[in-house]
Amino acid sequence: MSIEFETPKPIAQQQYVLKTVAENMMRSVSREMDENEHEIPYGYIEFMHTAMKATGAGSLAPKSEKKEEDPNKPKRPPIGYQLLAHMLEMLSWGDVGIYLCTPGGGLGAAAVQAAASPEQNRKFLARFADDLPTFAAMCMTESGAGSDTSAIKTNAVLDEKTNEWVINGEKIFVTGGHKSLVPNEKFGKGFIVVWASIDPSAGRAGMRGFVVEQGTPGVTVTKLENKLGIRASDTAAISLVDVRVPYDHVLGSPTVEKKTEKGFKKAMATFDATRPLVAATGIGVARAALEFVKEKLAENGVEVRYGLPRNKLTSIERDVIDMEIMLRAGWLMVIKAVWMADNSKPNALESSMSKVKAGDVTTKITQKAVELMGPLGYSQEFLLEKWFRDAKITDIYEGTGQINRLVVARQILGYSGRELR
Amino acid sequence: MYSFEPNEEQQMLIEAVNRYAANDLRPAGHDAEEEGKLPQKVVSKGWELGVLQASIPEAYGGFGEQSSVTGVLAAEEMAYGDLAGTLAVMTPSLFVTPILLAGTEAQKQQFIPPVIEADWQPYTAALLEYKFDFDPNDLQTKAKADGADYVLNGEKAFVPFAKDAAAMIVYASLDGQTQGFIVSRGAKGLSVADEREKLMSLNALPMYRVKLDGVRVPKSNRLGGEAGHDYKPILAAHWVAQAALAVGVANAAFEYSRDYAKEREAFGVKIAQKQAIAFMLAEMATEIEASRVFNWEAAWKLDTGAEDAYKQAYLSAMGSMDMVMMVTDRAVQILGGYGYIREYPVEMWMRNGRGFATFTGLAIV
Repeated sequence: MSIEFETPKPIAQQQYVLKTVAENMMRSVSREMDENEHEIPYGYIEFMHTAMKATGAGSLAPKSEKKEEDPNKPKRPPIGYQLLAHMLEMLSWGDVGIYLCTPGGGLGAAAVQAAASPEQNRKFLARFADDLPTFAAMCMTESGAGSDTSAIKTNAVLDEKTNEWVINGEKIFVTGGHKSLVPNEKFGKGFIVVWASIDPSAGRAGMRGFVVEQGTPGVTVTKLENKLGIRASDTAAISLVDVRVPYDHVLGSPTVEKKTEKGFKKAMATFDATRPLVAATGIGVARAALEFVKEKLAENGVEVRYGLPRNKLTSIERDVIDMEIMLRAGWLMVIKAVWMADNSKPNALESSMSKVKAGDVTTKITQKAVELMGPLGYSQEFLLEKWFRDAKITDIYEGTGQINRLVVARQILGYSGRELR
Repeated sequence: MYSFEPNEEQQMLIEAVNRYAANDLRPAGHDAEEEGKLPQKVVSKGWELGVLQASIPEAYGGFGEQSSVTGVLAAEEMAYGDLAGTLAVMTPSLFVTPILLAGTEAQKQQFIPPVIEADWQPYTAALLEYKFDFDPNDLQTKAKADGADYVLNGEKAFVPFAKDAAAMIVYASLDGQTQGFIVSRGAKGLSVADEREKLMSLNALPMYRVKLDGVRVPKSNRLGGEAGHDYKPILAAHWVAQAALAVGVANAAFEYSRDYAKEREAFGVKIAQKQAIAFMLAEMATEIEASRVFNWEAAWKLDTGAEDAYKQAYLSAMGSMDMVMMVTDRAVQILGGYGYIREYPVEMWMRNGRGFATFTGLAIV
């Protein structure tokens, strides 16, 4: 090993293809999707489903059989997360709202993968390799429980007569909830993972994820949110009234182990893995905005003079330079976090730092870009104003900037959640 | 592929430098700053770690290869101990590294071994000039060809160890291009001020103004010979060094204030348990990491000859300059009143921190 920053060949090849997808299947419909919130980008979804099925990229469906490894072949270091981070960055450079409509299970499937038994994995994830694109969603947030997930009121009670879990509660802000729950002839049958308490007195230790299949009686999408940005992505409110699911739909241990927060920690482990990936999506949006600014400046004959002392630079030059630094640094922090994940190095700190940084970078760059571009930035003639609106979600979902600062602070201080609230 | 893991040799170097920084430089740093003098034995010990020697090929008396990445790793680690001490230890690099990067074969043979094969000696370089909008690419010190010589005129500032230096590289503008000239001690027209520079920090590092009044340099002593050289790689090497030192100083301030916050109590809890403090620390750690990986990539680009290496080195110096000011300022803030007291090291780091807007040319890797 030594310090290197060469993009691995398979990643470079992937990016070449994805850029075409981003330009031709995302940018081309960006404005239309933004104007018609909740319209589904079928073209993109079907293309991605076919492509991912063919290549296996980005899919969480269990691999059929492991290929026999040639013992004589030198082992290449794993780059799965690095591939994924690059993929997400490029697709979000295309359109982050449309990217969020990528089939394959998303956060719902990731939660299953993190906490499920091998049987459950097969049972719930095999569908993503089927002919039709299929969705799954994660239901964590409630009106009274955002960053403070321990305040979740949704509960699950075991009916011992029928050996079924009975779930009651109201979930909000479910990304892809509609595509996962509402039957659509163009999609396969999806599911949602509902986080609920099996023992309200146990706090986080009592929290479990439950797989609720599309079509289960008692579960309904009650509302689709109208949003500032990422309007191509559906954000659903979901009501669960006496929803009965089979016993084996609980992820992780069905009994409460006192004084441990294992069940919940598994949900949080999902976030360790996905934080740098969400950071990557933000970086993609920021790159789109910065490239637009540089392109317009160049068209108008404004040159950035790299190498000058700062007090000789114009204000625009200083801004562009600052944006370039933060964009690249933010991206490298993502790369480091996923590189660590690929190499099985504990990366809770680096994951959260990359998300803190990406939240800052994405909002600052898009906001500054609109400012610098004046009327061109504010007009709907260009996509910059949309990217500004899309960008803000990066600092909110998957842990707000503040929650991630808290996670980083606990890591660097060696504090528990109790020591640093 | 990507990798963020130093190789084995680098790892060994990092560990050795870290021990020196923690056990020698840091304990000496405070008094050295107050008294304006760093003990020579501390400087010599730093020299013996062989950071510079390891970047010089055997042919010129060293035992390795020039690598910006390795240099950056060592500089980060050493500056964690003390900035002025690090600059003192690394001063001979200001003379040797540009010759290695841009010199002719004859210049390398002639000038590098005497520095590398001996104990620490004051060889140096003069880049800075005393004007508010100093620009390394637009120097006021001028060089003019005249017969078999170049003639140098101008004034340089912040030149480390100029008084005792056996030789120095003087950077001057030749037809609008920055070029280096090797000037020996005692050259006619070269005069070093008697008084040392008095600055906001770096008091332990003796720096001087240097005047050049018609100094004649034989054409063979122009860096790169009569054909000259590209100045960009040298300036880029200054920038990544500067950024690495900023990371080291910031890291020192961060760790000190973090540890303090875990000890200091207020309102019945450690102040680190307050989000106002904890969030500051989280942002400090995040920004240090951002500057570090950015600078590592810049150094790697220099080593691999990437097209945009110069640009990224520049951006790295710019970004780390803001980072180190933010981090050192917050370290003082976290220590509160104690942060303002010279008995504690953070106020010195804050003075160091502001200097990175000015320090281009004081270090090179």
